Amino acid sequence: MKFFKVLMLCLGLAMLTGCNSDDDAGTTPQEVNVVFTFSHYWDGSQIQNSDFDQTSYVNAHGETLTLSKLVYLISDITFTAQDGTVYSAEDYNLVNVREGQNLSFTPNVLLPEGAYTVSFTFGFDDEDNSGNYPDLNSADGGWNVPDMLGGGYHYMRMEGKYLAAGTTDEVNFQYHTIRANKHTTLPPGPDTLELLEDTSFEVNLGEINITAETGIEIDMNVAEWFKNPNTWDLTQYYTVLMPNYEAQILMYQNGKNGVFGLGATTVP
Amino acid sequence: MKRKVVVILVLSILVVACNKEDAAEEEYLATPVSLEIPPLFEENILPPVIPEDNPLSEEGIALGKKLFFDPILSADNTQSCATCHRPQNAFTDPRRFSIGINGEEGFRNSMPIYNAAWNYGEKFFWDGRAGSLEEQAFEPITNPIEMNNTWPNAVASLQNTNVYPPLFESAFGTKTIDSTMVSKSIAQFVRTLISSNSKFDRYLRGEVALTEAEANGLDIFLDESRGDCFHCHGNPLNPLWTDNIFHNNGLDEFFTDKGLGAVTGDPRDDGKFKTPSLRNLAFTAPYMHDGRFETLDEVIDHYSEGLVYSETIDPLMKKVGEGGVQLSEEEKAALKAFLLSLSDPSFINNPDFRP
Repeated sequence: MKFFKVLMLCLGLAMLTGCNSDDDAGTTPQEVNVVFTFSHYWDGSQIQNSDFDQTSYVNAHGETLTLSKLVYLISDITFTAQDGTVYSAEDYNLVNVREGQNLSFTPNVLLPEGAYTVSFTFGFDDEDNSGNYPDLNSADGGWNVPDMLGGGYHYMRMEGKYLAAGTTDEVNFQYHTIRANKHTTLPPGPDTLELLEDTSFEVNLGEINITAETGIEIDMNVAEWFKNPNTWDLTQYYTVLMPNYEAQILMYQNGKNGVFGLGATTVP
Repeated sequence: MKRKVVVILVLSILVVACNKEDAAEEEYLATPVSLEIPPLFEENILPPVIPEDNPLSEEGIALGKKLFFDPILSADNTQSCATCHRPQNAFTDPRRFSIGINGEEGFRNSMPIYNAAWNYGEKFFWDGRAGSLEEQAFEPITNPIEMNNTWPNAVASLQNTNVYPPLFESAFGTKTIDSTMVSKSIAQFVRTLISSNSKFDRYLRGEVALTEAEANGLDIFLDESRGDCFHCHGNPLNPLWTDNIFHNNGLDEFFTDKGLGAVTGDPRDDGKFKTPSLRNLAFTAPYMHDGRFETLDEVIDHYSEGLVYSETIDPLMKKVGEGGVQLSEEEKAALKAFLLSLSDPSFINNPDFRP
């Protein structure tokens, strides 16, 4: 009889624990994920969906503009420990600000709690740009760049309309950043490409103490794309910027100087 | 011996209790079908969207095809889906506006249908008002300027035949027909309408060469300063040739048809319509959401010198103040040659897509 009682008790316990799909080991995980969120500003004003095609901004050169689209790619979020150990999933995230897509991203990497220098790449570096990514080819009508412009992928598509100072006619602009490409003649064709220059750049967010469920906010100040070190003359550089080598270099220089910064770091 | 019996009994309880599949909920399964995904699609873009609650089956597809071509769904048994979505026209209507069973004209050109399973955003119709292919298939039956039927009447018509109840039973496990099953089966058939064998597809597969005009046209298509078609219509790595997104492409200064804006209620969406695919243009005239352009030449002229400013015009429209990018006649001819290379005669002649 005792045997039956013990057996029933054991099996009952096994049934309860076996049917529980939530596996809770009850211990603090040794390794953690980090959640990144993306916020966007024009200087001090946060950019929300309702601002697109509505809110006017004035850039450093004096043009009044509205934004219609802001989509950009970041990749290779990297955590470098104080002993030099590097953790990176080498994955990427395509942020669509207007549509609110991918404003939160968790790199597929686990790392021990501790202090890390955190960095990421704006766009794709040459190594990543050589791959074929079905999800990016499927995004926004094809996020990839035509072969005659060097191939690879867009880094950013910022589009909108502007008014030059003293004018009343809106003009469309397309501020598209890609790998800088120089051509022997324009318009570009299959045989005109003479130089490709990797204009992706690394953004260093500094040292951050990572604990379980740490959240890191990455901020983009859109005004900085037009400001520093090059005061962007939108009346000159407003369209057909993809095959414009000089424009791509200027965008690169502005991009890596204050566009991105560390926002709030949260530990729930 | 008794101990053994008890142990077996208890173990059986354990197994049954832990089994998440409830035998009582076992569902009817028709013969599963996997879409044959063209290699160019497989290599370069995400897989098609197949909803979990409407998997493809041999029986479901066959039923959907029969329904697609059967006028029984319309109130007076005179019009089928294929009346306005004709296979020989890549499943659009050569008339500018289709005419419903009461002789009333619509106000938009019928959309062609192919590669619809790859519409990742799942917004269908020119204005995006349907959130799935099932929803899309659901609407025309009761639309007063189309089939003008009621669902109870359409279902009763099907139920009262000898043919359909067994077909529904094969596809869905029941002879009791409902509107959901009708739209699901039509959506299944529509997902099989794949076009992937244009001359340009064969060029990408290394089977044929482009003519000089077609190759020049591709360059213009991909050149920001001339065509810049690719930002909305894709490129050789996106064989859909559409972004399936909504744009105002500079057709009108004022809108009599708000398009997406009428659906979302957001004035920022006024005048926006879904980008159509550039595949099969040889068969899909007239063009634009309202079929205003009878020829491809008129379409190219529009982007070259016919753009009109309005508040919601897409920033990708170039040189709006000058009417467009001002292509030369030679460039226009080359662009047209390339665009026509995206047409796929094998699609419109596919016997699987005919009644």
